This record gives sequence, C-alpha cells and structure tokens, in this order.
Amino acid sequence: MVSREGVFVTTEFVPTDYLPVLIFFLIAGAFGGVTFLLGPLVRPHAPYREKLLPYECGAPPISDARQPFPMRYYIIAMLFVLFDIEAVFMYPWAVVFNQIGLYGLVEMILFIAVLVVGYVYAWGKGALEWD
Amino acid sequence: MMEAMFIYLATVCVVCAVLTVTLRQPVYNVLSLLTLFFHVAGLYVLLNAEFLAVVQIIVYAGAILVLYLFVLMLLNVRTQSRHLHRQWPFAVLILGAVGAMLVGALHSGVWGSASGESTAAAIHEIGDTQAIGLRLYTDYLLPFEVASLVLLVAMIGAIVLTKKSLIDDHIDQIKE
Repeated sequence: MVSREGVFVTTEFVPTDYLPVLIFFLIAGAFGGVTFLLGPLVRPHAPYREKLLPYECGAPPISDARQPFPMRYYIIAMLFVLFDIEAVFMYPWAVVFNQIGLYGLVEMILFIAVLVVGYVYAWGKGALEWD
Repeated sequence: MMEAMFIYLATVCVVCAVLTVTLRQPVYNVLSLLTLFFHVAGLYVLLNAEFLAVVQIIVYAGAILVLYLFVLMLLNVRTQSRHLHRQWPFAVLILGAVGAMLVGALHSGVWGSASGESTAAAIHEIGDTQAIGLRLYTDYLLPFEVASLVLLVAMIGAIVLTKKSLIDDHIDQIKE
C-alpha cells in the first residue's frame, strides 16, 4: 500500500484540530439523511395534480426556467473572481508582513497598482454599472 | 483514520470528476464539480495545507463555480443528446498514460520525501500560511508580480469581449 510509505497521507502530522469539523459534517449529514428517510414514514400522503406542480411564490409557472441571462452577470462574476484572487494573495502577505517589512509593502503596492489599472478601466467602461 | 479519510475523499473526487464530464444535464455537471472542489479541499486539510483548503473553497467553490453557472445560464445550454466529445477515446488514452506515469513515479519513490528547506516538519513549525507567505513574497516575487499582470489581462479581456454586448443592452434599454 503506497499510502503507508507516507506518499499520499502523512501519518506524521495528523490534523487533529479538524476532528470537530469532521464530527460537525457527520452530524449535519446524518440530520439531513434521517429527515429525508423518516419524512415519508410519518407525513400524510395525499397528492393531486395542482399540488404536484412546480411552484414559485404560489404563481403557476408559465415558461421554461432555462432562459438566457444578460451578459452583465458574466462580467460581474468575472470581476468578482479576479478581485477575489487579489484578496487571497493579500492574506499570506498580511500574515508575514512583520517579517518582510518595507520590501513586502513595496511589492504589494506594485501588485495592487497593476490591478488598480484594471479597476479604473472596468469602471471607465461602465462594467460595474448595473443599469 | 487518516487512510480511511483519504480513501473516502479520493474516491468521491474521482467519481465526481467522472460525473462532471459524463452527466447530460449541464447544471448537474457543475454541481458535481462543486462536490469535487469541496473534497479536494478536504484532501488539502489532510495534508495540513489549511490555507490552500480555505482558498480552494473561497476561490473555486465560491467564485469560479459561480462563473461556470453564469456561463451556462448565458449560453442557455440545453440537455445534450450527444454528451461525449468524439475525441474521447484519445482523451482517455492520453490521460490513462499520464495517470500510469504518475502512479509509477509515486511507487518508485521519486517524490517519496520532501527535500530542501520546506520539509513537512519545517512547515508544521512555522505554519502553512506563513510558509507560503515567506516563500512567495521573497523568493518567488517575480511570479507574484506577473500574477497581477495575468489578472489585469483577464479583467481587460473579459471587458473587451463583453463590451459590445454591454453597449447593445444599453441601447436596448434606451429604446424601451
């Protein structure tokens, strides 16, 4: 078994801090599963046609849910991804900031300066406006 | 315990990856990709790479998946009758060969143990986020700054590609 040689799994540093997270996931999954399986046993079952229709706020559905969405959603999602990644880069930088000092500050200012160019461009082109 | 977790996570990863490319409903593909991302995050936790695990969830499961869903809704992709690309035998052949190479390399122990300064023990000592920070912002400064240029190009590219459509939408609204 390859994993015994420590190639896939290190048995050296077991992330024991995450045991509560694992237990939490197990309880959450068990709650969902038990509710799902137990529900049909205890609830009344009396369907008729109207009850089985898909509904949204009580109004009967009139057309296909798959409609093309405006392009704006795409550009907003794309800009969100990019600024999300920018923020991710800032986190490890902030954690080690006291060890890299001024050097680190200058490089992060350079990093943000390049992205501010994109931000100004996006703003100028009206990509951030919804209407 | 660790091995049981690894086997669970790895199995779900492989199953979800296969479902992502074989299911017929595009939305189901994206949702199985979401499950895949979460289980990959679990694998990172097993490797004591907590920062990567959180980034995996925030960036991949949070942002990139939303982008995929928007693209699906934008393109209005319907259920496809022919869901496998005609080149799939080639893809299986090449990926099978690459996979066999990886398994062979792992078995031969080429990558069996980390060498150099950043060993598992050293990273455990200072913390994985600190280890990434110290390496990235000192030794790998140039790739980090190049990353900002890549992000800039992606941003401008997305706006240029959608600009025409944005203007069209605007004109439509004015006409209304």
